[in-house]
Amino acid sequence: MADAPLLSVRNLRVRFATRVGTVEAVRGIDFDVGRERLGIVGESGSGKSVTGRAILRLVPPPGEVVADRMDFAGIDLRNADDAAMRLIRGRRISMVMQDPKFSLNPVMTVGRQIAEAYRVHHRVGGGEARRRALEMLADVRIRDPERVYDLYPHEVSGGMGQRVMIAMMLIPEPDLLIADEPTSALDVTVQMQVLAILDDLVAKRGMGLIFISHDLNLVASFCDRVLVMYGGRIMETLRAGELQQARHPYTRGLLQALPTIGSAGRDLPVLTRDPAWLTEATPGGLMR
Amino acid sequence: MIKVDNLNVAFGDVRAVKSASFTVKDRETYGLVGESGSGKSTVLRALSGLNRQWTGTIAIDGRPIGPVRDKAFYRQVQMVFQDPFGSLHPRHTVDQILSEPIAIHRMDDAEARIRRALDDVGLGPRFRFRYPHQLSGGQRQRVAIARAIILEPSVLLLDEPTSALDVSIQAEVLNLLARLRAERHLTMILVSHNLAVVAHLCDRLAVMNAGAIVEEMTVDDLRRGEPAQAYSKQLLRASLGYDRKMADSLITFE
Repeated sequence: MADAPLLSVRNLRVRFATRVGTVEAVRGIDFDVGRERLGIVGESGSGKSVTGRAILRLVPPPGEVVADRMDFAGIDLRNADDAAMRLIRGRRISMVMQDPKFSLNPVMTVGRQIAEAYRVHHRVGGGEARRRALEMLADVRIRDPERVYDLYPHEVSGGMGQRVMIAMMLIPEPDLLIADEPTSALDVTVQMQVLAILDDLVAKRGMGLIFISHDLNLVASFCDRVLVMYGGRIMETLRAGELQQARHPYTRGLLQALPTIGSAGRDLPVLTRDPAWLTEATPGGLMR
Repeated sequence: MIKVDNLNVAFGDVRAVKSASFTVKDRETYGLVGESGSGKSTVLRALSGLNRQWTGTIAIDGRPIGPVRDKAFYRQVQMVFQDPFGSLHPRHTVDQILSEPIAIHRMDDAEARIRRALDDVGLGPRFRFRYPHQLSGGQRQRVAIARAIILEPSVLLLDEPTSALDVSIQAEVLNLLARLRAERHLTMILVSHNLAVVAHLCDRLAVMNAGAIVEEMTVDDLRRGEPAQAYSKQLLRASLGYDRKMADSLITFE
């Protein structure tokens, strides 16, 4: 990375106090994001989603986020007050969640929701916001934006709902987009189209993208770099094209456990987890 | 073993399954692959007796069966569902969950059957008196499989049995299904959106789109990357990972 990273995180820790003691969901991770597609891969409980939320300070109490550094374009996210965070969220860093069913307002047409996202951050009239929202719907390749604008969330399919979500998150033109399993609920062909939209935005606008997913192969084919997380730690960082040369036994185990079109007739190697992965220092967590 | 001929399922005006026909041989594992809305799960629900609004012919072991099934049918055909969080009674222990089918079918020796079923799915006796919320997703799916095999069925219907599980747990469950199939000589139908999972476990498969079977092929055909139909080709290519050029060439098939 030649220029300064968009986001720089050092020793990020997220803890939750529970009845049975403190659970550390993220245990001291370091990473940088530039104007690139960074993938974070892991199984459930690896801390990948919490990491995305921690960046936007969206970890609810009793969750506690600490870091040695969390800088976004010169702003220290650790000390930003609520008013400052409101200016960042949506406008500078925005987030797409997994399931549009639970993230859209069910009693408002999708077009108005997109227009609202624009008006929160730009002082424009209703007509202008509507025009921008229609443009944005066209940008995410919705065929008939005028018609879709007036639909309610229950009237759109999953793939279209996810495109609406992406339109809403992109209309304020953020510098960084955090996408948490944005395509896991979608069919493979729709997934491919949604990824192409994100891909073009990174290429055209120079947006940074953090792509959180459980799907190793998808991330490897879509992202530039991949962080592999397990137990709240980064096991290794790889160039996406070099996934097959992964060295860490966890990454290798995950790759081997995946059934493939050629794996018929034999048992899949089962991953054995080494408790040392949770304690040992992880060199290569930071890759320049 | 299973013969489906001209199966049609309609919900109001929506034709969810359109004249589907296929045959599954004894001890064969047959896959139904497709995207959402393709009708793959609806075929399975008609087969299992969960949906009675169908027309056409379904025969098991050469005997045609109607919409309403008797107890002997369920003794022979059992099903495992996608969501191990929704398919187990939250207030029943594993022991109660496994006892119920034995009681319904008035089978003897419940004690030994429960112990054997738990051993067979790799859980063992210490899980017997736990509630579902005390189990992980993979362990719950093992309980669901134990409940299905405890009646010693010859046919197992699997509806996306691993798609709610992590990759490493999916591998364990796929291995378990392959082992049970060999040990108990099961005939299986596996419904999945994941071509790799179907290719891993099945001998033959049907690709479905918009309620109809587009193409039937062997796993060898699939492995050679040689589907005949444009729809199956596109599905296969799309499941191999992201490809910017391909994203522009995608076609919607009706």
